[in-house]
Amino acid sequence: MDYSIKIGGEAGQGIQTIGDTLAKVFARSGYHVFTHQDYESRIRGGHNFYQIRLSENHITASKERIDIIVALDRESIVQHEKELTERGLIIYDSSVLRQNYREPHFMEVPFENIAVKSGGKIMANIVAVGAVLGMLGIDLTILHEIIKDAFNKKGEEVVMGNINASKAGHDYALTNCQRCSFSARNVHKTPLLPLMLISGNEALGLGAISAGLKFYSAYPMTPSTGIMNYIADKEAEYGIIVEQAEDEIAAINMALGASFAGVRAMTGTSGGGFALMVEGLSLAGMTETPVVIALAQRPGPATGFPTRTEQADLQFALYTAHGEFPRIVFAPGTPEQAFFLANKAFDLAEKYQIPVIIMTDQYLADSQWTLERIDLNSIRYTDYRLRGEGFKNLAAYKRHAFTQSGVTPLGIPGDAKHLVVTDSDEHNEEGHIVEDAATRINMLDKRLFKKLPLIKQEIDPPVLYGNNNPEIVLVGWGSTYGVLKEVVDMFPAKRAAMLHFSEICPFPTTDKFDYIKMLDNASLAVCIENNATGQLARLIRAETGFEFKHKINKFDGRPFMVSNLLGDLTACIDRL
Amino acid sequence: MTDYRGQHPAWCPGCGNYSILKAFKDAMIRLNMEPHQLVIVSGIGQAGKFPHYVRCNTFNGLHGRTLPVATGIRLANHEMPVMAFAGDGDCYGEGGNHLIHAIRRNINVKLFVHDNQIYGLTKGQASPTSMEGIKTKNQPFGVFSEQLNPMALAVALDCSFVARGFAGETEHLTWLIEEAVKHKGFSLLDILQPCVTFNKVNTYEWYKQRVYHIELEYNPEDRTSAFNKALEWGERIPVGIIYQNHRMILEERIPIIRKAPLVRQSVDLLKLEDTLREFI
Ligand SMILES: Cc1ncc(C[n+]2csc(CCOP(=O)(O)OP(=O)(O)O)c2C)c(N)n1
Ligand SMILES: [Mg+2]
Repeated sequence: MDYSIKIGGEAGQGIQTIGDTLAKVFARSGYHVFTHQDYESRIRGGHNFYQIRLSENHITASKERIDIIVALDRESIVQHEKELTERGLIIYDSSVLRQNYREPHFMEVPFENIAVKSGGKIMANIVAVGAVLGMLGIDLTILHEIIKDAFNKKGEEVVMGNINASKAGHDYALTNCQRCSFSARNVHKTPLLPLMLISGNEALGLGAISAGLKFYSAYPMTPSTGIMNYIADKEAEYGIIVEQAEDEIAAINMALGASFAGVRAMTGTSGGGFALMVEGLSLAGMTETPVVIALAQRPGPATGFPTRTEQADLQFALYTAHGEFPRIVFAPGTPEQAFFLANKAFDLAEKYQIPVIIMTDQYLADSQWTLERIDLNSIRYTDYRLRGEGFKNLAAYKRHAFTQSGVTPLGIPGDAKHLVVTDSDEHNEEGHIVEDAATRINMLDKRLFKKLPLIKQEIDPPVLYGNNNPEIVLVGWGSTYGVLKEVVDMFPAKRAAMLHFSEICPFPTTDKFDYIKMLDNASLAVCIENNATGQLARLIRAETGFEFKHKINKFDGRPFMVSNLLGDLTACIDRL
Repeated sequence: MTDYRGQHPAWCPGCGNYSILKAFKDAMIRLNMEPHQLVIVSGIGQAGKFPHYVRCNTFNGLHGRTLPVATGIRLANHEMPVMAFAGDGDCYGEGGNHLIHAIRRNINVKLFVHDNQIYGLTKGQASPTSMEGIKTKNQPFGVFSEQLNPMALAVALDCSFVARGFAGETEHLTWLIEEAVKHKGFSLLDILQPCVTFNKVNTYEWYKQRVYHIELEYNPEDRTSAFNKALEWGERIPVGIIYQNHRMILEERIPIIRKAPLVRQSVDLLKLEDTLREFI
């Protein structure tokens, strides 16, 4: 069983509510779920959609072909009718669309009319949810639990209204859907266990919290805002301050101030805002102040496609900022990686007193995945600061003292009589401004040359999925993880593998895993990226000398889909 | 006093900054504050070098960005007095946006502006407070833009403490620094600071002829008269406390730090299991 559902409509019609509710019902029922969203940069109107795939098996990407379309506007039919599978159906309300469709793959469900009868037009969306569940043969127990959780505060009447509306939608589908041949009914002997459903942004925010995040300052920018929303929602529970800054320059400088004062701090933005933060990134490098920056990419240049997806800021994140200093760049490919890499980012930022950038994009930020669990035993938390007594008991302290490792313990200003002094100018061991050449050389030795080899050892090699000795290797980074993995599974005779980079800077060495040899041995190595120029391919060439002869690039602002990518790859193989 | 002695200043002989340095040290001693008990944040410019010439916890950050850093420090540790030192170019030009928003937030940071009406470090370009018509190497036809009035701007924004001092009157300046530090709320102290090298118009003499102490009977809590006072510039320039109010500070509004500063709060990861359950 593997079904895809698409809810299409104008902004403001409630696509998100329908989609989120269905996805939650499926996940709680134990199905694996993958959702992704496609929306325009507007609050009302336009055409948006929310796509959900559910299966009994692990799934990690969206499919092109759709089984059920919930059309809340006519545009949903114009744009997506062609995506319907042979058994697929479109459900719609003719009173809303002001049109009737007679073909057998349409089924009219009078959402509004049914809602009015159950207690109010506002419940039309829950009627739609009920109808879809009815078409799939899923009963309403779990939906009703979810409704109770969501509306309990609003009173019994609202809860009952929604329950009745969902029942009416469900019944309507059961009675009227003659063509429905779907069966998601649980045929397993052992019941499926409920799964977690989590988005990339939520996972990243939670990963930061798991690392002891205390301060988050940011200026809203799609698609990073979801991180701020999630953390703000947890502010009280975890004792975190979330400050909305006046601009991104302020955001990163506030985070640096908070970090200097002794707490773990983070900021988040997208490309345009990151451009404004760049001088602050360099300041973190010079003052050796730990900071974590989430960079959620969207298509550029400039404002680009504000609500769509792209992976075109890799080289920007790697090289931006004046001067030379170490940094780490991570690019998770799944919510689970987002969680653990956010956790690791804080650990390394503080251990080495450097900036760490976590790159995502709209596709990963907004898509939701199901997970069995997140293993909290694998999280790291070490407080590397000099606090309280430990700081007081030191005989002397210099903030930037030269050490074997290049790392000088970070004292908390005010905890001891020792002064904590740092400067964006070149400085001496105390942190005071200097101009002499000798100190300059020693400081670079400390900040850069001593730390870099240690940081390199912390970087894990790329992930290999599939054949260990593959004929075909699909190479990618960041959010393409899921789609590459599914494509690998579709190759006949298990000839293929995915090589996925999520820890990108410093670039992973081949000591633990000689992935370059593997690429050399493969008959086809393709670098697949959601950008126009192949930025990872360029990086791999620069770092290792390996040159990709084949690249697949997609830069229309939309994510890769499994069968399109498989098609492109087959074409690649045919040309060999 | 020796506790506060830092590096030997690299300012020009006769620079107004020396009296600011002296006034600051005197004020700290009178307030009984020890160097490790406070943090100075500064930007870039001649003024930005200030913390290197005293001995305090210091974050000498970027040009224009003192206030965001100071805000971050205060939010992480609101038991720590935080003072920002910046030039007129630094905080009225490059960092103007941050000034507006720091005033709005009313974060309890003390901002001391070394206002020499010129860019000193970069050798004499016009600053936002340069007077209209002043000629510089980069403004050969004279400054076209109207001079920024930081006092009027601050009063208009209902800034919690607004004052002006003069580097030529160290004793009075010391008192103003003390008042600014004692005041609870964001404090802006604009300090007229002659630049003996690049500003040949606004000299010690020029200021001395114009500066007068605000009358004893003046009520700085009346915003309308404060606005009138703030507008005075030209033949007579008032120094003293122009305006103050008792707005609640940002730090007191944040429930999370009501009991203890953020930096003293422990990290509790035991709740994570429950949080994960919310995703089911
Ligand atoms: C982002 C940035 N832009 C420009 C500069 C160059 N710069 C350094 S200080 C300064 C102006 C100094 O004027 P002011 O802030 O009034 O300080 P003063 O030297 O007069 O005390 C400028 C333009 C810089 N360091 N950083
Ligand atoms: Mg100046």
